[in-house]
Amino acid sequence: MIDTALLIAFLASTAGAATPLVVASMGELVTERSGVLNLGMEGMMLVGAVTGFGVTLATGQMWLGLLAAMAAGMLMSLIFGFLVLTLQTNQVATGLALTLFGIGVSAFMGRGFVGQTVERMPQLTFPLLSEIPFVGPLLFRFDGMVYASVALVVLIGWMLARTRLGLVIRAVGESPHSAHAIGFPVIALRYGTVLFGGAMAGLGGAYLSLALTPMWVEGMTAGRGWIALAQVVFATWKPRGVLVGAYLFGGVTVLQFHGQGLGLAIPSEFLSMLPYLATIVVLVIICRNPQTILLNKPMSLGQNFKAD
Amino acid sequence: MSRLEKRPEPSRRMMLASPLIAAVAMLLTGSVMFFFLGQEPLHAFHVYFIKPWTTLYGVGELLLKATPLILCGVGLAIGFRANVANIGADGQLTVGAIAAGAVALYFDQVQAWWVLPLMLAAGALGGMLWAAIPALLRTRFNTSEILVSLMLVYVAYHLLSYLVHGPMRDPDGFNFPQSKMFGESATLPLLVEGLRVNAAFILSLVAAAAAWFFCKHTFAGYRMQVSGMAPAAALYAGFSEPRNVWLAFMVSGALAGVAGVGEVAGPLGQMQPSVSAGYGFAAIIVAYVGRLHPLGVVLSALLMSLLYIGGETAQIELQVPSAITGMFQGLLLFYLLAADLFIHYRFKPRKRHLPAVVGETA
Repeated sequence: MIDTALLIAFLASTAGAATPLVVASMGELVTERSGVLNLGMEGMMLVGAVTGFGVTLATGQMWLGLLAAMAAGMLMSLIFGFLVLTLQTNQVATGLALTLFGIGVSAFMGRGFVGQTVERMPQLTFPLLSEIPFVGPLLFRFDGMVYASVALVVLIGWMLARTRLGLVIRAVGESPHSAHAIGFPVIALRYGTVLFGGAMAGLGGAYLSLALTPMWVEGMTAGRGWIALAQVVFATWKPRGVLVGAYLFGGVTVLQFHGQGLGLAIPSEFLSMLPYLATIVVLVIICRNPQTILLNKPMSLGQNFKAD
Repeated sequence: MSRLEKRPEPSRRMMLASPLIAAVAMLLTGSVMFFFLGQEPLHAFHVYFIKPWTTLYGVGELLLKATPLILCGVGLAIGFRANVANIGADGQLTVGAIAAGAVALYFDQVQAWWVLPLMLAAGALGGMLWAAIPALLRTRFNTSEILVSLMLVYVAYHLLSYLVHGPMRDPDGFNFPQSKMFGESATLPLLVEGLRVNAAFILSLVAAAAAWFFCKHTFAGYRMQVSGMAPAAALYAGFSEPRNVWLAFMVSGALAGVAGVGEVAGPLGQMQPSVSAGYGFAAIIVAYVGRLHPLGVVLSALLMSLLYIGGETAQIELQVPSAITGMFQGLLLFYLLAADLFIHYRFKPRKRHLPAVVGETA
């Protein structure tokens, strides 16, 4: 018999752990739908985390921190976009360079922040609703980003499936040459999706340093950028899938904090390995059927496009 | 104003020049950054990039740091040539170190010549074992080797952390998360008395030479190169992709594992919570900057090693944050990728379609 309070705590912290993955993955999903593979997620998230933390620390305004984190993520992705879209460099190598650069830049920027704290992102309070037993703490006691991330999934899903912009993004991702022939500005559009991806990665990173653990630690993303990339594959490039995957992973991630309470007599290091192992296992399950990937993956993913 | 024009064929000259352009651009950026950090750029430049070469001890440290970078870089380069993206060398290095550490601690009381070779073999096997997972999943289930090898890096870090906090911890170590110091027979011999550079450096040069021979003179090396440059041709010729994937991962895993042995049986001399200063990741840059060529890798590893050592020197002498090293590493790769543009393109002055008005551009 598991304690109800513990179960609630477990489920509620799952949402917290899932939110940065949802936000970052949605950004990458849009980027990949337009045919660009940005492996620099980890680096952009780290720079977002350190920028968001620094600006919040300096101004005392969390919303400024979040905005700055988005701007920082965009700036990082602009470097990537310039290299890949304008200079036609290899996307895999450039993405890796962005991650390595981001690890260095964030460590450099954050050297004065170690040991400092900011106030945690506040929970929204819904009068009455938050007081409902069981349902209240599960649905109505989160910070704004948790709700915003779910809204983001719905919004992006709608945008990709139902709007002209979504249609163009998908067309460019499937066949940039045809899209170009019809007259769509392929490179400009890809710049747009790359920048959006950067903004979301920065925001996801800032959620780590402002809400999940309100402090700055070097390399604090601990591979979440890579997990976010993997999420896009599990989701087979569909927004809904990102939500399911991220909450699944959120659950696995918080197991390490609740493991002992849940009666798991396993050393904490092994519980800490779980999210990474789970990522591998789910990737295998999704990828073992080549049809699933072939049917859903944007056809031009990872390939550069040059007009003329 | 000028525009880019595609060259009729890739420029060999630019292929060799672009790493140099990248290095120079990185050094210039470095000087500018020192200026903004309130340092006298020339002095800072001297401390960071020149000083490590001026003392024998400094040169020893350069070779010491270059060792794991050469070992990992050579292995990764062989894979990258065949479009096999092993990004998890840091994990393979860590598992190699764990395997070697287990041998060293198990034979703690033994004073024999074979302990060290056994550690090297265990390290190579450990690295290969860790590399076999992404290779297997890629060839069997079509799973991205980039993501799998990367996830395994974090798994390896946690495994090492568990071991040094638990089974491998020194019982007389006041609860510090580290093993006891390895004995004489489990430590790599030093090359020069007084310097820390050890026999692993020689191994790394041998590995680079062997890799050069493999790429240049063996059919397997040729097969891998074709698969990387012209996948369709490789398919037509009947070259097996799984075989390339396995070969690339086994070679790079073994070399990364040996690099791990070089760390624990070398400068560290014991198991610690972290055995790599990100060498597996820096080696990705080393491989690209070295043009995926074994001899180029040796040179670029020395450059990368200079970034590490220079960073440490600058931290001590100039109070410049050491985190700058990571930025330089990333920048170096950015500049290289950007400079590679000129392999396929060249600048061409834009023709004016209208007669220029005199004085217009003044």
